Order: sequence, then C-alpha cells, then structure tokens
Amino acid sequence: MNQPTQPLLEAEDLTVRFATSEGLVDAVRGVSFTLGREKLAIVGESGSGKSTVGRSLLRLHPRSARIEAKTLRFGDTDLLTASENAMRDIRGRRMSMIMQDPKYSLNPVMRVGKQIAEAYLAHHKVSRKEAEQRALAMLEAVRIRDPQRVFAMYPHEVSGGMGQRIMIAMMLITEPEVVIADEPTSALDVSVRMQVLATLDDLVSQRGLGLIFISHDLNLVRSFCDRVLVMYAGRVVESIAAADLDKAQHPYTRGLLAALPSVDQRRERLPVLQRDPAWLAA
Amino acid sequence: MSDKTMIDVQHLDLSFGEGSNANRVLRDVNFHVAEGESFGLVGESGSGKTTVLRCLAGQYTHWQGSLAVDGAALGRKLDRARCRKLQMVFQDPYGSLHPRHTIETALSEPLAIHGIGDRSARIDAILDKVGLPRAFRYRYPHQLSGGQRQRVAIARALILEPRILLLDEPTSALDVSVQAEILNLLADLRVRDGLTYLLVTHDLGVVAHLCDRVAVMQLGEIVDTIDSASLTGSTPSHPYTRMLVEASRHYSREMAQAMAA
Repeated sequence: MNQPTQPLLEAEDLTVRFATSEGLVDAVRGVSFTLGREKLAIVGESGSGKSTVGRSLLRLHPRSARIEAKTLRFGDTDLLTASENAMRDIRGRRMSMIMQDPKYSLNPVMRVGKQIAEAYLAHHKVSRKEAEQRALAMLEAVRIRDPQRVFAMYPHEVSGGMGQRIMIAMMLITEPEVVIADEPTSALDVSVRMQVLATLDDLVSQRGLGLIFISHDLNLVRSFCDRVLVMYAGRVVESIAAADLDKAQHPYTRGLLAALPSVDQRRERLPVLQRDPAWLAA
Repeated sequence: MSDKTMIDVQHLDLSFGEGSNANRVLRDVNFHVAEGESFGLVGESGSGKTTVLRCLAGQYTHWQGSLAVDGAALGRKLDRARCRKLQMVFQDPYGSLHPRHTIETALSEPLAIHGIGDRSARIDAILDKVGLPRAFRYRYPHQLSGGQRQRVAIARALILEPRILLLDEPTSALDVSVQAEILNLLADLRVRDGLTYLLVTHDLGVVAHLCDRVAVMQLGEIVDTIDSASLTGSTPSHPYTRMLVEASRHYSREMAQAMAA
C-alpha cells in the first residue's frame, strides 16, 4: 500500500451534539482519526455514534446538530467552515456515501440508468448522452452482467445485491476521493455480500480511493479492512490493524469478539459483555 | 433429547400463483425434529426457510404434503390446540409488538383467548423466566430496548406453555452483545423446559451455537442436512454448505470470484 504523506481526511477531537428537548446529547465525543488511501472500518453497537461520524464528514446532519472539532479537514478544505456552496461541490463529487438499504435510497419512479447519469450530470457539464454512456460503463465496472438491460430497469425490478451495486455505481461515477459506506452489505445474503465487497475492494485498489466502512460485523471487518476503529458510546476506544483484531487490548473490543457465536468454536454459553462505566471516561 | 419425533415434515410442497404463473417456493421438503432437539434451517433469502415455519405456524394453509406435531397430523385450519403446542418468535421485535399495548396487555391476550385464569401471576412468572423486571408489565414497547423487546416476544410465545418454539431469525435485528444474551436465554429455556426449537437463520454462527442439527435450504429444497458439530472446524462435503460456511468465516477475493463464476 502506498501511503501518501498527506492523509485524505483528518479529524481531530470531533464532537457531535444534538439539541433535544432534554438538552444537548453527546453523540460523538472527541473522535480523532486520519484516512489515507485505505479501507478504514468503524465498528460498534447501535448508538455508538459510528454513523454520526460518517454523516458529519459530509455535514448531512440537521441544524440541531452541533459539530465541533479541533481539525476536520478533507484534502485542503476545512469542513467546519466550508460554505454550503463548497459543501455541495464536495458531496457526491469528491466524497460520497453508500447507504445501507438500496430499497430506500433509490428513486422508485426513475429508471436506474437515468439516476446514475443524474449523479454525474449534477457535477459535470456534459451532454445527457455522454453521462448515460458513463453510467453504462459504470454498471459494467460494478460487475452487472447485462448493463444495457439493467440500465432501463426500475429499482423495484432489481434484487437487493444488484440494487446495492447500482448504489455503488452511482456513488463512484463522479470518481470521488473518499467513499463512506454505511453498513453497505448488512441487508445482503452472504454470497451476494461477497461479490459486492469484491466490487468495492477492486474499486478501492484500482482507483486509489479512501474507504470508510461502517459496520457492526467484526468478522467481516477483520478480513476486509486494513484498519479498525472501535467505537463505544461516542468514543473511539481502540484503533487497531484489522489483522491484529485478535490481539485487541480494550475489554470492550474483546467482549464484542467473545460474544460472537462462531462456527468454529462451540461454547456452552456465550460470554455476555460486561460494561464498565470507566470506559465512558477513558 | 428423546427418541420421540416432535415435528415431522413429509413431502411439503407450496406454490403461489396459478397455472403457468405458478411459483413453486417449497419443493418436497422432508425433515423431522426429535423432542427436545434444536433444529436449524439455514439458507439465503428466498430459499424458503421462513416459509416452512409459516406452514407449521398455520400462516399458509394451501400446502401439500403432511405435517405432524407431537404425533398428531396438522390440519389446514389453525386451531387452539395447535397454538398451545407451538408458538412463533418473529425476527423484528420492533414490528412484532403492538405499539399501543402495554406489555401486560400483550402478554394477557393469549391467556384471554385460551380462557386461562390466574393471569397476573402467570405474567409475573413469565417475566421472571425471561429475565425482565416485573415492573416492566406496565411499560409500552417504545420504552424498551431491542433486546428487552425480544425477551417480551419470547415471553409472549412461552406464556401458553408450548412444547415447540418456531424461531424466525430471533437475533438478527440485535447487536452482538445483546444477541449473546438472547441466545443464552434461549439455551437456558430449552434445557429447563425441555422445549423443541426450530430455528431459521442466515447466520451459521448462531446455528452452530444453538442447534444440534442443521438443514441447508436452497431454492425451496433441502440440499444438505448435517450435525452442527460437524460444521465446527471441518469442511462440509456439500459445495453449497461449504460456500456458506466459508463466507461466514471471512471475506476473500478468491471466494468472491469463485461465486461470481
């Protein structure tokens, strides 16, 4: 892996608070990380703030969210102070996000090909024809067998795995530098999941982009990603190379790994995670 | 585990649609589950695993073949005797509990339908059994976490004291740490009450943990039936089972390529 000297993304002491009727709620508390041209996983349970981190990078949060950080930089753009105009230029073009469920993320009344072309047209001054050519090429790149036919289909006509590949095509057609994938394969079957992951894997290595892979699946992350951030209650409790996950030090990471039922190791009882209040302060 | 057969499924066939549009979703499914055994059905979406449960639970009535529970053949119509014998726990604890009914209402409804008295004491007992505080009976589902809701769903299934639980992906909507708690609870309940489980899941880890035997389904057919002990550390002989096991262990590019081919 060729690590560039300057990371694609840099976050230092990122804090996200939501204003609710009961006052401010801390969703993310002091998260720091950098992203190079690599596959970085963020894992944690629901409510740990992993998706909130992903969304704050694109500033997709509602106004009730207060995003603060010492540094939140994408390339040479400061994401904290960037104007909405500048953000529109970044979102979808230089940094894009793949959502969990293609069923809800695709426009149900628009043909798949047109949607992908639209993503390109939103950022590039080209003819519709050329955009559609690119959309077709992109469908081929995500290994859809009959791109001509799929191009003319509506989202309800495609399967979940194909829908997710269409989402990936739509997000990558603008050739972004960073892709944030929020549980991109959780809704998919194992064999389809493998193929979608292989597609992502190829595109990351061929195009040299940075991938933030948000997931709750430790087994998957272990073999797919390069580095793992483990989040608990809005904090990164551990940052570790994916290959070394077995040697994780933090009791939370170890607890999560131990609680996974495994095909290879039968146990009478699964050890239940004991939460330590000290983790919140650490 | 005894030698007595608790669930017997013979030549189960099910189609939706008529004539040339007919879509055959179950093809000659055969298996049996002994009393006290835990039997797993695994497969990908659309393989028909949940459909088998629904036939047993009486949600589909136009099946062909024969189903028997505890030695008695099941009819097409859902009768009360069947509900006393077998109950189902659904996948999504957010969707399976009525949002405007308290836990007490949800738990007393089966008792009312079956004309069982002494409801308050039974609700206390069942809440103890699934590890929830008794005060939870006055709560609404939105006041509970996902794991607590799934405990309520299990309590609701168990309050009629059935012999069989049909479990449809009971932990796939839960976090790993919560999943571990629910799997432990299910294991304890089975030992304590001698329950028979028929578990549907796509997670081989869950099956290996909870089940004694596993049937692998593909396109409406059972393609392989194995002891879950033989999943552990070994390579299953059936190619489809092998693929599922490998895929659940880790991601690898070679495997993805082999699948695409």
